[in-house]
Amino acid sequence: MNPKRRQKIVFSLLFISSLLVITPIFLIFFFIFKEGIKVISWEFLTTSPARMGGGGVFPAIVGTLYLTLGTVLISVPLGVLAGIYLSEYAKENLLTRLVKLAIINLAGVPSIVYGLFGLGLFVIFLRFGASLLSGCFTLSIMVLPIVITATKEALNNVPQSFREVSLSLGATKWQTIRYCVLPYAFGGILTGVILSIGRASGETAPILFTAAAFYLPHLPRSIFDQVMALPYHLYVVATQVPGVERRVSYGICLVLVVLVILIDLIALITRYQIRKKKLW
Amino acid sequence: MGKIIAKNLDFYYKDFQALKNINLEISEKKITAIIGPSGCGKSTLLRCFNRMNDLIEGIRLEGEILIDGVNIYRDDSDLLFLRKKVGMVFQRPNPFALSIYENIAFGLKIHNMAKRKEIPKIVEDCLNSVHLLDEVRDRLNTSALKLSLEQKQRLCIARTLAVKPEVILMDEPCSALDPLATLKIEELMQELRKDYTIVIVTHNMQQAARVSDETGFMLLGELVEFGKTQDIFTRPGDKRTEDYITGRFG
Ligand SMILES: Nc1ncnc2c1ncn2[C@@H]1O[C@H](COP(=O)(O)OP(=O)(O)OP(=O)(O)O)[C@@H](O)[C@H]1O
Ligand SMILES: [Mg+2]
Repeated sequence: MNPKRRQKIVFSLLFISSLLVITPIFLIFFFIFKEGIKVISWEFLTTSPARMGGGGVFPAIVGTLYLTLGTVLISVPLGVLAGIYLSEYAKENLLTRLVKLAIINLAGVPSIVYGLFGLGLFVIFLRFGASLLSGCFTLSIMVLPIVITATKEALNNVPQSFREVSLSLGATKWQTIRYCVLPYAFGGILTGVILSIGRASGETAPILFTAAAFYLPHLPRSIFDQVMALPYHLYVVATQVPGVERRVSYGICLVLVVLVILIDLIALITRYQIRKKKLW
Repeated sequence: MGKIIAKNLDFYYKDFQALKNINLEISEKKITAIIGPSGCGKSTLLRCFNRMNDLIEGIRLEGEILIDGVNIYRDDSDLLFLRKKVGMVFQRPNPFALSIYENIAFGLKIHNMAKRKEIPKIVEDCLNSVHLLDEVRDRLNTSALKLSLEQKQRLCIARTLAVKPEVILMDEPCSALDPLATLKIEELMQELRKDYTIVIVTHNMQQAARVSDETGFMLLGELVEFGKTQDIFTRPGDKRTEDYITGRFG
């Protein structure tokens, strides 16, 4: 076979595989949108659910926003600091190797395990009860490996020469990290944050025993209150309440997807703005 | 007494000995060139003078390096102060991905060297002393990455000058530049010589002959010969130096 033809075949194969990969995503979006849009209304978005499954999803939207925000507030500072320590300060020894191994493995733990862990630690042992607080902590533990890994990778991608110049001018290690490394790692770190937002807002298992309320028509009044959340509400409506129309589930799906996209968009715009300012 | 004095200096990367019993004396406010074939330890020696080698794991140093009579490898020596006093210009021009202004102001800020109002003036002075000011006056706040290679290298020199060093180490500062740009940098070095002690590592023997007052020739980690540039290039004392500068090896 001549090389040109072979090249064509390989190219088509690559093209078809990438098409195959994105098809399901498009299909999912298409169906969620097509079915979901039918139930979306101002009322659906702004009222509380009725006892037997009908009604709106307002408390669930707010609950998911609270849970996601709380998770970001806890996991991002903690994860970024840990990532900085591991990549810039920690000496390569048995302990750091173990910590790094643990982080990799934590990322693969099923989410229900985090749920049960959260139940044991935050709900029961620390007596936070099933609450917004317990939920945020549980979700934070779940997304920490994502944030830490993203931070580590982002820092490793900053060229060594940036650090050298800064140090050669007499900057301290912290000044170097703060002014010459972190600004360039910011985009990568934010990508990790976006991933964890998606994960935190979409998971059901970790909040199942720690935060989510089956039915709670009012908004949480403190961080020790239970909350409704979109993924759990979806699960309830789809499986636990008989006689609810299918498309209500699709509607909740649509709200969840759009919510996550909106949050990500904010993060993306922030990243863009900061890159523009940093001339990078 | 010399500005920088190395006494019986041995340097190891793990088990590999990169510098062997180096003894030299670098004079104040002169340009000293270090020449030698690739891998002979020129950069290693240079990076001993501002302790940049400390960043590499598994290094070991024996002997002494005195700057202004003080051993910079003493346990209580102040690393940040040393690096402020002994600046470095790297092989590849490497401005920060910041504006031209911020590149110069960086050193002032980290050392808290100037009041906020004084910074613009100092930035201009630094740019002026490398003859960059007129070229960039109207775009101080644009990215330094948009400058030409030669302008970038002059910016990097200005960035070093901003923290008021006494010594400037240059590791092949012209190897990424074309001949014309190289000449401009060399002219600049001649001017800077009035106020600073300059040590330059170079592959280019003509450059060493052109710019330097004193030259050291290194080979396989040893300092074979050190002396007045004129002497080294006209009547080298060592056969190996002669072979190298006449182009018979390396
Ligand atoms: N980080 C390092 N770890 C181990 N060995 C190193 C390291 N850096 C340099 N070396 C070795 O030390 C020796 C001297 O290196 P150095 O970079 O000082 O040479 P050089 O004279 O500057 O060469 P060049 O002209 O190519 O820049 C070389 O044999 C090199 O392989
Ligand atoms: Mg070198």
